[in-house]
Amino acid sequence: MLATLLRWLRPFVFPAILIGVFELYTRRVAAYSDTLAPPSAAVRAFVDALFQGDILSATGFTLMSAGIGLALAFVAGAGLGIVLGLSPRAARMSFFSIEVFRPIPSVALIPLAMLVFGFGVSMEVSVVAFATFWPILILTQAAARQVEPILLEVSQALQLSYFQQVWKITLPSMLPRLFVALRQGVAIALVVAVTVEIVANPHGMGYAIMIAQQSMEPALMLAWLFWIGIVGYVVNELALLLQRCMAQRMGGRP
Amino acid sequence: MSAARTRIPVAGVAESLLVFLAIMALWWLASHQEWVSKVFLPTPEATLASLKEGLFDGALVGNSVDTINRMLLGWLLASLFGIALGAMIGISATARAWLQPTLEFIRPLPASAIMPLAISIFGLNASMVLFVVAFGSMWPVLLATVHGFATVQPRLREVADALQMSRAMFSWKIALPSAMPDILAGMRLSMTVSLIIAVVGEMIASQSGLGQAVLLAARSFRASELFAGVVLLGAIGFAANALLALAEKKLLRWQRP
Repeated sequence: MLATLLRWLRPFVFPAILIGVFELYTRRVAAYSDTLAPPSAAVRAFVDALFQGDILSATGFTLMSAGIGLALAFVAGAGLGIVLGLSPRAARMSFFSIEVFRPIPSVALIPLAMLVFGFGVSMEVSVVAFATFWPILILTQAAARQVEPILLEVSQALQLSYFQQVWKITLPSMLPRLFVALRQGVAIALVVAVTVEIVANPHGMGYAIMIAQQSMEPALMLAWLFWIGIVGYVVNELALLLQRCMAQRMGGRP
Repeated sequence: MSAARTRIPVAGVAESLLVFLAIMALWWLASHQEWVSKVFLPTPEATLASLKEGLFDGALVGNSVDTINRMLLGWLLASLFGIALGAMIGISATARAWLQPTLEFIRPLPASAIMPLAISIFGLNASMVLFVVAFGSMWPVLLATVHGFATVQPRLREVADALQMSRAMFSWKIALPSAMPDILAGMRLSMTVSLIIAVVGEMIASQSGLGQAVLLAARSFRASELFAGVVLLGAIGFAANALLALAEKKLLRWQRP
């Protein structure tokens, strides 16, 4: 009983010590600091911001932009990935172009997105979509290539058309791997969305943390930092759960 | 990452280049026909001209060197601390049990979210950017090292016990080499991250480099300079990744039968 309780508590010990030391430091050594605040003050600032509705609206904006960008990238990336995975010729032909465009750091496109779309949802969506498109494309392409050759022979024997083959054979057999690609995309999408807000876009969680820093509200800034961490963790865990669920239901290897 | 690296016959290379040229031609056509406004999409010639001008008068060269320096220095620091900390945590099952949940929690945190905190502590300067670059790109190496050290083959552990190796000897002679594939993969990922954060840091803290150059070009609507900067950043990313892939291949040659 006690042992299980201890095991359950174990992950929280190290963060608790860190937070405790930080609390003591900010109360004793760095009291009245403009740049640091004790975690207890951050909790108070968080509750205040929660009641004012700032937390929900900013989180909603970030998650929505990340979600739309990811959805666009998933449709385009998985679609192209399947085509390239099924046809070695198409894969060869696009190889060079993909290798040229893929290494462009997504953040380098923030100024361009700003120029084209101005501030708002579309600029953030476009950068998120660019950043998540490449890993999804590469992972889907690999997944489509690994579809059992026998299944493809069956589809030829049945004289299925290309679309029928994709819809009835390829997609179902690669579904678990498609969700692996989606989970990768989720992890990247949220990071890029927050980064776009920190660099340029005056909306969302990234902007909120930047403003808290600039207006010398360290407690609020820390509150946002913890909150962004929690949101990131929860979203990633949910994506992982979805991926595992799909892998189990479809009987594929995770 | 290595999924796209398939063997390509010579005819494939020609086809592949043709497709790329077709995309460039489409760009040329779109910008000359003004399907997209010239404010956003400069012609390829204008981009080349800006690139040439920037490289000859040295402005873009200086910016590239600054960005590459930031990226490499941050990456080296990240690799050093990542491998050292990762080895210490990964070697002991106790340390892993107590610390790993915290590491897993911090892993999805966007590194750029640390930047406001770093600005409050260090101010808006180059060392702040370097700190965030190193901190942000440390996680891939750190977690990969922990994983590599944690999954050393039990047989190798038994060998070390039989040889009565000390823990330090075991880490150096057995655990580190056997974790090398994980570590190198982590270092490759962390190079990508360090370039991204270096660019973000230059944009936010107005430190000289390609990030700042690109942002300034966009603010003054000089699209061709913006594109020139993006091209250079892409080239840096490409070169860094290619070099590390090559190094990985060389360093891990002993693993292949």
